[in-house]
Amino acid sequence: MVVQVEDSQLVKQYIQGDERAIEALINRHNSRLTGFIYSKVGDRELTEDIFQDTFMKVIRTLKKGAYNEEGKFLPWVMRIAHNLIIDYFRKHNRMPMYNSKESYNIFSLLGDDKLDAERQLIKEQIDSDLIKIIKELPEDQQEVLEMRIYKDMSFKEISNNTGVSINTALGRMRYALINLRKLVEANSIVLTN
Amino acid sequence: MEKIYLKDKNKCTIVKAKPETIEFLLAFSKSLQLTEVKGLQFESNLN
Repeated sequence: MVVQVEDSQLVKQYIQGDERAIEALINRHNSRLTGFIYSKVGDRELTEDIFQDTFMKVIRTLKKGAYNEEGKFLPWVMRIAHNLIIDYFRKHNRMPMYNSKESYNIFSLLGDDKLDAERQLIKEQIDSDLIKIIKELPEDQQEVLEMRIYKDMSFKEISNNTGVSINTALGRMRYALINLRKLVEANSIVLTN
Repeated sequence: MEKIYLKDKNKCTIVKAKPETIEFLLAFSKSLQLTEVKGLQFESNLN
């Protein structure tokens, strides 16, 4: 069984001076990040440039010791890429190219995703309610749910890490969601923002 | 169940950054040195 080293572990190794760790991180998230950038800018060369700038920023931040370990690595990298994409469009004073039809919403690309104070409070309440009810789940379901939602791992990675088949991991996720819904109903929790 | 046959089923490629970009980043990482003097951080690239 191949056990995959977690991002946080690789980040730690890189900060301690292991250059192979950053290579592993770049290769691991290469296609995901490239796909994300390409979906926004629609240009192969520009995607390549933004990908490069993103990881240069990542490298600088890690070397400076300014990375906050509490956050997840990939969402953090995505956020950097997202900000660089916005910077690019602002600088070139143009909107992103998009080939779709009527259902296109410009704010999905350039919207301000910060919440106002009231919504932030509601979000925090929802998050804390969710954490409480997740703890009610059986341990195996909790494990899969945390890996999938909070650590952003694929089912293949979950399967490698837990030593169960992908189908079992999928099944556990499904039951985790079903049980979560039941718990939400039973405790009359409102999970909307 | 009905099967769907695609004419161009092998034309889909995964978008990935070029190997040259990765090599550049690794070289950048190796050459980047940060020095702190009196609370100020200085960046240098030792190529």
